[in-house]
Amino acid sequence: MARWLTLTPPHFFQEFTMNHNFLDFEQPIAELEAKIEELRYVGNDAEVNIADEIGRLKAKSDALTETIFAKLNAWQTSQLARHPQRPYTLDYISRIFSDFIELHGDRAFRDDAAIVGGTARLAGRPVMVIGHQKGRDTAEKVKRNFGMPSPEGYRKALRLMRLAERFKLPIVTFIDTPGAYPGVGAEERGQSEAIATNLLEMSKFKVPIVCTVIGEGGSGGALAIGVGDQVMMLEHSTYSVISPEGCASILWKSADKAADAAEALGITSARLLELKLVDKVIKEPLGGAHRHVDKIAAAVKDALIAALEHFDAIPTERLLEQRYQRLLGFGHYQNNAA
Amino acid sequence: MNWLDKFLPRQIRTDGNAKKNVPEGLWAKCLGCSAVLYRAELERNIEVCPKCNFHMRIGARQRLNHFLDSEGRVEIGEELEPIDELKFKDTKRYRDRIQAAQKSTSEKDALVVQAGAVMQVPIVAAAFEFGFMGGSMGAVVGERFVRAATYAIMHHIPFVCFSASGGARMQEALFSLMQMAKTSAVIANMREASIPYISVLTDPTMGGVSASLAMLGDINIAEPNALIGFAGPRVIEQTVRETLPEGFQRSEFLLDRGAIDMIIERREMRERIATLVTTLMHQPQPA
Repeated sequence: MARWLTLTPPHFFQEFTMNHNFLDFEQPIAELEAKIEELRYVGNDAEVNIADEIGRLKAKSDALTETIFAKLNAWQTSQLARHPQRPYTLDYISRIFSDFIELHGDRAFRDDAAIVGGTARLAGRPVMVIGHQKGRDTAEKVKRNFGMPSPEGYRKALRLMRLAERFKLPIVTFIDTPGAYPGVGAEERGQSEAIATNLLEMSKFKVPIVCTVIGEGGSGGALAIGVGDQVMMLEHSTYSVISPEGCASILWKSADKAADAAEALGITSARLLELKLVDKVIKEPLGGAHRHVDKIAAAVKDALIAALEHFDAIPTERLLEQRYQRLLGFGHYQNNAA
Repeated sequence: MNWLDKFLPRQIRTDGNAKKNVPEGLWAKCLGCSAVLYRAELERNIEVCPKCNFHMRIGARQRLNHFLDSEGRVEIGEELEPIDELKFKDTKRYRDRIQAAQKSTSEKDALVVQAGAVMQVPIVAAAFEFGFMGGSMGAVVGERFVRAATYAIMHHIPFVCFSASGGARMQEALFSLMQMAKTSAVIANMREASIPYISVLTDPTMGGVSASLAMLGDINIAEPNALIGFAGPRVIEQTVRETLPEGFQRSEFLLDRGAIDMIIERREMRERIATLVTTLMHQPQPA
């Protein structure tokens, strides 16, 4: 063996054999899937048993996926929520709504592509839909600023929500952002004020607001389109006051402790449902939303239709009172007067 | 530590070591001009350097003592105490951090609320205690803020909040994020009821507090040279990979960019705010 080969660490080769459609903790599944692919490839000119063998491996792969996904930890979930193939807002919009017309700009500075929104129909009924948008390839990632909005993005969202209120359109939002953009221009143009104003106004819009966390719910940047009457999460999405890495570097003084931070912060849908911080969890297909985009979109659609039907029956005043009480109810403390 | 400190021998350094030679409590050093000041004089001057006008950080209770008239003050929400709902533990347990903060500040949590008057104008005032876990906003801070605002609405009097906070309290995780929505919602109620809400941003006001209650004043006021922003300067520097300009995210920068209405020096705060709120509420000028 050539000398350089013996000196190269084993993980160097692993890099090439690893299937990047799979996350680290999914590699055992990836290996099985690779075997299945191989068998399929030779399958045509071989004996009959191949089909049986593929079936057997497929069953084994599914069982393995189920086992792995049954006990995902918070850090693994966080990786799934950021999976490069995870469906983004526009993937859902095209599958769930009809007649979507995208509306652009905050009327003051520019159009922020990290947030998209527009009018659409959900099972025939008019709605306003707004969401964070990440990019798929490098050029789009840059254009969408990795899903990190600037103040003008939040102001566009606010403009669309005011429009929705005026025309009595329920508001549907999709949350998927690492956070609001921490940049010089964003600060200069009032990132804090933009987020704060959305929080304030969303508490009072006289139309139902249904929010769904589809990927990363990154702190204030997520909440700025996340105040509503019902907040749902996809099973493998996350919602947190700070990223696990950020929390680890502040409290543990080391970004390497992100997995510990993720666990402590309780960022998973199951934990947040248990804490009553979200109202509903939408189950994802086996292996995650990106494995069956049509399937998860159909599930989200059903949940949205059900939510809006539920709010149809509630008079506006009561809806607003319930929304306010919901917000006031967040947080526990000891009351020594009681 | 900058590069100079590494090269200078210990005896020549002036920071830190110099402090040890000053008798505890009698003298203080200005953090702006390094002048050595008589502690009692500095306190009389509300922690503002008489030589260079540098505004030092000030505790919540001391702040309210100077801001409100001494007569007829009532504390609001003092019966509330934080609990560790999530059993949060990093390098320390949240429970222990709460206890340590309570011991060092003599406060139950990071926001102190009092109803009283300023120049005999009835008012509700809240002040963040930065010494309590960086003035971070958890459930108790959120609830006390809501009670303060509700009291102001019930009595139809203005609400003034002095913020000094690093942001949301990580140890309360998503509950702390939700305090942003909770406090913003009660500010919406104040707006509907035409209750003047004056937000005074002091050093530092960052993150979740800046992006909720602090930026939502009918009038936003800052103290001189306070650090105010959404993201911390270090995070921004890491993102944009360049050094930030001098004065970035300081009060004067925010005034220039249109984010705040004015900068008011601490000693003039009472009079200016009393003038503002009486005008907004069609009341006679305070004497």
